[in-house]
Amino acid sequence: MYQYTEFDRAFVQARAAQYRDQLTRNLAGTLGDDEFRPLRLQNGWYIQRYAPMLRVAVPYGELNSAQLRVLATIAHDYDAPSPELLAQAQATQDKIGHIAAPRLTTHYAHFTTRQNVQFNWIPLEKSADVMELLASVNLHGIQTSGNCIRNITSDERAGIAVDEAVDPRPYAEVLRQWSTLHPEFAYLPRKFKIAITGAIEDRAAIAWHDIGLRVLRNAQGEVGFQVFVGGGMGRTPVIGTEIRAFLPWDQIINYLEAVVRVYNGWGRRDNIYKARIKILVKAEGQRYFDEVEAEYQRILANGAHHTIPQAELERVSACFVAPVLTQCSASDAEARIARILKAAAEDDVEFGRWIERNVAAHKNPDMRAVTLSFKRLGQAPGDATADQLKLAADLADKYSAGEVRVTHDQNLLLPWVGCDQLPELWREARKAGFARPNIHLLSDMIACPGGDYCALANARSLPIAAAITARYQDLDELFDLGEIDLHISGCINSCGHHHSGHIGILGVDKDGQEWYQVTLGGSDGSTLSGAPKAGKVVGPSFAADEVVDVIEAVLEVYKDQRTAGETFTDALQRVGFDAFKHAAHAARHTTARATV
Amino acid sequence: MTLLLITSTAPTDETAGLVLANDADAHSVPLDGVTRIDLNFPKFTDGRAFSQAFVLRRRGYKGDIRAHGDVLIDQLLQMQRSGFSSAVLRADQDAAHGQTLLGHYKGFYQGDAVHAAPHFADAA
Repeated sequence: MYQYTEFDRAFVQARAAQYRDQLTRNLAGTLGDDEFRPLRLQNGWYIQRYAPMLRVAVPYGELNSAQLRVLATIAHDYDAPSPELLAQAQATQDKIGHIAAPRLTTHYAHFTTRQNVQFNWIPLEKSADVMELLASVNLHGIQTSGNCIRNITSDERAGIAVDEAVDPRPYAEVLRQWSTLHPEFAYLPRKFKIAITGAIEDRAAIAWHDIGLRVLRNAQGEVGFQVFVGGGMGRTPVIGTEIRAFLPWDQIINYLEAVVRVYNGWGRRDNIYKARIKILVKAEGQRYFDEVEAEYQRILANGAHHTIPQAELERVSACFVAPVLTQCSASDAEARIARILKAAAEDDVEFGRWIERNVAAHKNPDMRAVTLSFKRLGQAPGDATADQLKLAADLADKYSAGEVRVTHDQNLLLPWVGCDQLPELWREARKAGFARPNIHLLSDMIACPGGDYCALANARSLPIAAAITARYQDLDELFDLGEIDLHISGCINSCGHHHSGHIGILGVDKDGQEWYQVTLGGSDGSTLSGAPKAGKVVGPSFAADEVVDVIEAVLEVYKDQRTAGETFTDALQRVGFDAFKHAAHAARHTTARATV
Repeated sequence: MTLLLITSTAPTDETAGLVLANDADAHSVPLDGVTRIDLNFPKFTDGRAFSQAFVLRRRGYKGDIRAHGDVLIDQLLQMQRSGFSSAVLRADQDAAHGQTLLGHYKGFYQGDAVHAAPHFADAA
């Protein structure tokens, strides 16, 4: 992981002190709520449905165990409203609809699709205390919200993936530093998200970002970036366009400065739904590309001050040296792995399933990447209690050099597990409730907090997630269905990435009631899912109590029509959308006659 | 260069500078003989003038760049770093506190209009 220098530490502490001054003035009435709003947002503080929400930045998803323990402390000590507020919130939620809904939960952290961590109940009065606590372990909420360059996300297997050409983390860190408190780019037309990968398989959904970066080597072996611009979800889903096929690595900051500067000047500010860079790229096309190139040339002609020196890349890269593994010797590793797996698989079918779903290959053949599942009955997708965070920290210390990754799919990944430690890790993970072997299966769904917590949501996500989780508990069935991306968003802002789900569910509000639009065939850009694209809408929205039946009807078509070994997405492609659509409509009961 | 803070109640003796709307192209505006450029923040959340100021400084403009409009003390540091040299504060702003805020950070990661080199170049 990146090691904070004295400069970095002092910077984060100065940020916490700056926030305390702003909060103090707001509470004293000398800094108005409207003026305070962007300041708190750029520190991760939203005001939500019932309480503030804090989004903690996890740069490219990497956390150490000490940071996890501080997040556990925050969940335990701060993530709670007054009993009166909780009772009032629960009473309000209970009035919403007629579907069974889990109760509101407190003392939880929540992993997001952008690899950050959120809390739902911390009182604003305590927010400066929390920022100081975070700063004690070099954590913060810098630019996790607001119309600025957001936390940069990456491949959860960055630095360990077998299909990786270049480790993207040093570049992600250099870009994190460049974008942090950039004086020119704090009040852009709209939020600005960057994702970076260095692998062949796209595990970071780069085409869906304002800027997507793929770091690669050209035929001469030189490192550079393939740059995509103008991807995004929301009410106008757009796939990013390649603006550079190969940009030399040391020019990435100079180039992004041009991309963002032109956007700052040209992006629309008259309509919030047309303010993202995707709209600018669509509207201006080549004219925008030309202006970016002209601005890049001006930057180069004026000293190219942000050209990354080789020495700086080496300084940052030195922080990302893989931990040394003492347990395995390379010579007989493969045979030993096979032996362990064979013995274990015969021993226990559940362990075999866990190996299949939760354990991934590693750049180092003696190591494995192990995903701890936070998708289980009774807990919202990606939620973790204080105790679970502490247990995860313990597992990280014992089995993964003290490091975890927050994944895009809202789980935690242990990146440095010795291949011969899998049985021990499995036993402990199982005891902690993290060993459910459902990674990338239907129940490993993505869901936003939705209308239980979020002020923007049109409908609740979590009762839908809970109902689908409850219906699909049988592991035989889940394994039989295979890898399916189920993504649920509570509103068109698309935090739950419904557009890119093989099955997407979007909450919509009509006449004050919750309805759900279902889409099929979306893709995040991974090999399994195909070229990135938004799913196709099945038709008029479904009532909340129809959604699970609709999902089941769609999956039944797949089971009926698939050929041997055919995945859901492949079957959808081959059989065609209409068969699935008709099945979905046939599952209507509430809306059977009066379709909305 | 430290930002000169002007309270809106202070007497304005000077003539107006070159007034640039915040959608004007800072790359092409003629600068010969110009000693002051007035840039506008119609709302403090409209950040176009930050880029305009940066571009004007990069063009070598050495005169005054003044922030007008919805100018709040919590954005002064960004204005200073983007190339502004003076700012007319909104009437309700605490200029003394604004002055304090300008010195809050000891350093920044990226280069800016005042100090072109990023931290990694300084630290090398």
